[in-house]
Amino acid sequence: MTNHWVDLKNTDCALIMGSNAAENHPMSFKWLLQARDTRGAKILNVDPRFTRTSQVSDLYAPIRPGTDIVFLGGMVNYALENNLYFREYVAEYTNGSFIISSQYGFSDGLFAGYDEVKRAYDKTKWAYELDGKGVPRRDKTLSHPRCAFQLLKKHYERYDADTVSRITGCPKDKFLDIAAAFCATGAKNKTGTILYAMGTTQHTVGTQNVRAFSVLQMLLGNIGRPGGGINALRGESNVQGSTDAALLYHLLPGYLAVPTSDTPALAGWLDKITPKTNDADSVNYWKNTPKFAVSLLKAWYGDAATAGNEFGFCWLPKPQAGKNYSHISMFEDMYAGKLKGLILLGQNPAVAGPNAGKERKALAKLDWMVAVDLWETDTSVFWKAPGVDPKDISTEVFLLPAAASVEKEGSISNSGRWMQWRYAAAPPPGEARTDAAVLDLILTKLKSLYAGSTDPKDQGLLNLTWNYGSGHEPDPHLVAKEINGYDLSTGKMLANFTKLLDNGTTSCGNWLYSGSYTEDGNMAARRDPSDPSSLGLFPKWSWCWPVNRRIIYNRCSCDPSGQPWDPDRAPFRYDASTQAWVSYDVPDFVATVPPQKSAASPFIMRVEGVACMFGNTLNEGPFPEHYEPYESPLTNVMSGQQINPVVQFWGEADNARGTPEQFPYIATTYRVTEHWQAGAMTRNLPWLAELMPEVFVELSPQLAQEKGISNGDTVKLVSARGEIDVKACVTPRFQPFQIDGKTYHVVGMPWHFGFNGYVTGGPSKDKSYAANQLTAHIGDGNTTIPEYKVFLCDVRKVT
Amino acid sequence: MKLSRRTFLKLSGMTVTAAALTGLGFKVKSAAAAPLRTASAKETTTICPYCGVGCGIICHAEGGKIINCEGDPDHPINLGSLCSKGSALSQVANNDLRLRRVKYRAPGSDRWEEKTWDWAVSEIANRIKKTRDESFVTTDAGGALVNRTEGLACLGGASLDNEECYLYSKFVRGLGVVYLDHQARI
Repeated sequence: MTNHWVDLKNTDCALIMGSNAAENHPMSFKWLLQARDTRGAKILNVDPRFTRTSQVSDLYAPIRPGTDIVFLGGMVNYALENNLYFREYVAEYTNGSFIISSQYGFSDGLFAGYDEVKRAYDKTKWAYELDGKGVPRRDKTLSHPRCAFQLLKKHYERYDADTVSRITGCPKDKFLDIAAAFCATGAKNKTGTILYAMGTTQHTVGTQNVRAFSVLQMLLGNIGRPGGGINALRGESNVQGSTDAALLYHLLPGYLAVPTSDTPALAGWLDKITPKTNDADSVNYWKNTPKFAVSLLKAWYGDAATAGNEFGFCWLPKPQAGKNYSHISMFEDMYAGKLKGLILLGQNPAVAGPNAGKERKALAKLDWMVAVDLWETDTSVFWKAPGVDPKDISTEVFLLPAAASVEKEGSISNSGRWMQWRYAAAPPPGEARTDAAVLDLILTKLKSLYAGSTDPKDQGLLNLTWNYGSGHEPDPHLVAKEINGYDLSTGKMLANFTKLLDNGTTSCGNWLYSGSYTEDGNMAARRDPSDPSSLGLFPKWSWCWPVNRRIIYNRCSCDPSGQPWDPDRAPFRYDASTQAWVSYDVPDFVATVPPQKSAASPFIMRVEGVACMFGNTLNEGPFPEHYEPYESPLTNVMSGQQINPVVQFWGEADNARGTPEQFPYIATTYRVTEHWQAGAMTRNLPWLAELMPEVFVELSPQLAQEKGISNGDTVKLVSARGEIDVKACVTPRFQPFQIDGKTYHVVGMPWHFGFNGYVTGGPSKDKSYAANQLTAHIGDGNTTIPEYKVFLCDVRKVT
Repeated sequence: MKLSRRTFLKLSGMTVTAAALTGLGFKVKSAAAAPLRTASAKETTTICPYCGVGCGIICHAEGGKIINCEGDPDHPINLGSLCSKGSALSQVANNDLRLRRVKYRAPGSDRWEEKTWDWAVSEIANRIKKTRDESFVTTDAGGALVNRTEGLACLGGASLDNEECYLYSKFVRGLGVVYLDHQARI
């Protein structure tokens, strides 16, 4: 989140889209309802299905799965046509004023620079036009025909209300009501917030879906302001922390782009990933990348990392440039027999993975698997899943018992970036151990197996620092301190990342977390509930990154002279008489220079210094454009490009692409309050199992009547990848879409269920109730997040 | 006196109970309400392990066993409320289905065997070493130094503590693994 949970109480209008927040992040509604009660805030909801969130919203608009960009493009167009955008904000704080190269163009669904064979763009065609000093030229009057703002206008002219209604299937009046309500937050003293989750991201155009939110919020001037922002409602208690720690192939901790085979030397890597600008006004805080990177290497390799050996950089593994190692790719390579061993620390892909059936087949190709978990997950017993004969599976499986959250001490980071320390209430049961201890035990053994090796390939492992106290239970405080960072000349913890250096005299496991555990103590453990601004910032409760800044991009809460756009919700105000800021939050700007100067760089982490309405680094193009989902019953009417032109295709083996002739209905998957993710943490709990014991498929009364299905009947849901027997829940929560004179039905089901546990989702021990048996190996054009949220299926009555 | 929400709720709870009982005609010998079952328990604070809101929870434990989990009234985000998942947290701790022993499944077998940690750690480390050594690529086809193992993959974990995530990130890179992913991407 750019903002945080309690900040929701400050909003004038909340757009909940791609999220069922009332169901899956219930506490969000404590604060949204307060916003409604105390400031008359409106709650808007856009969803293919009428959900528990829709029920408590002021406005609900239905939308065909996979058409978010059309809806949001329509809202952008609405704001522009009706002059509801925040012009001064756009001119000062975004790249709307930047003039774009004359090589830029857009035609029939493709931007300039597309290579059909590579399925990729030459992004230099979207570059900024530079002046003689190499600084992007701007027109703050926003009238130059090639300024980003004018190009935006032209791009979204095509997303008029009739077109929006036609493609999304949303009745025009409902779309206009939502657009009017939300775009009203373009007023200077109004703010709107966008809450989103997997309904937005799990698409082949997922990244561009989020981009569409940011374009809208920039246009309305809602970023960096109380009650505003782009707020991702993250799904796991520490997915924020695990992302920050980079348990992802393409990053190192703190969002450093991983070095690849293209950059086998430190200097070349740092040069490639450190942004540079000729604009003296742009803070460009990522220019400090070398300090973050070298300090990380010092944390990992200690004294063995010296200026003489590139601080151990050669020991970091380099993925092959251009190769995708993400989840889908991992399982494709596993299926092809290329991977021999798999370690899982609390993950259950047999239920949660896309095309779960293919992924279970892939697991069978492994020589060995190690699963560390609280429970016997579906994945850990893939070798005796329904339909599988264990004699055919030669994979060795080690299942190690793990400690639960309440049985260990450490911190987790919530969606609002708050790092919160928590304590052990009781010891783990039996011989269960913490995941940290498991890693310690295995690494200690590995180091002894490799001891004395002079092979260069083993030196990184042998030199990896690992000093977290005696015994095999790493002291979480020592780990947290290493993450925070040390001044290596004094041995003291660093105050924050501004103290990092690139000369090997500082160490830091994750620059973003620097400042969390200092000489003043464990900031994440703080429990002071004071809130001096009454904005819900709680500056002394826990600690958030970066440097405890609660609302990021907060320079944008004031005009260029430093006066708050809305005096009633002002985390900052510049006092000209004292020439100092009155601050209730940590400034996300340089507070020691005149306000006009800091106003020139309100987005310090962007090389441009301003927010990017025109996003020229993304793979599909600088503006979100609608493409149909990978499996869709409709032809794209926006252009001749049916699907995302940069999406990577994966093997068709056990991954067929369904056609509307075989699979006429649109399917989606979602969650319920009572269960969580792949289900082991909830399907094994009697109270939750009692509340929600079985899987169900929701379908409209119209579709039910067409097929002769009654509520409670068992039906077969079938896709090109698999099938599942599931109880029908006939409900008007799904309504068919009328598009171009035809009817399109949507069905949906929760995906938490599987084939192992206290409850599996259905009555039979010989069946798997995992919805992901139906989804496909196909992912987003930038991140490869799977397109779980829309695919084709058939619904067959089981006689 | 400045009261935390939790103390306020405790005090007012006790007062109401005694007054209510007296008002109903019961002869209450002492004005104090019956002590809560958690009165002598050890209290610790935790954060809910489910979604990304990060609600505060108070655990009560006695004799090394969690006897109660409830919302933390002092936590600024949830103010003592919990959804059905957080409310059920004690059933994560107290549950017969929790894994308590190391288990191993042999090739072609249809069952688990219980093993010791020492055995498992040694077997696992030896397999990691074998797979790593056999699939290690020092330089790629173009001659670039890549130092990676291509036969090993690592998944997990969005519910691990920050400190564990950091150790795992370090461990994985220390081995030379490049196939690394988890819930954040899917």
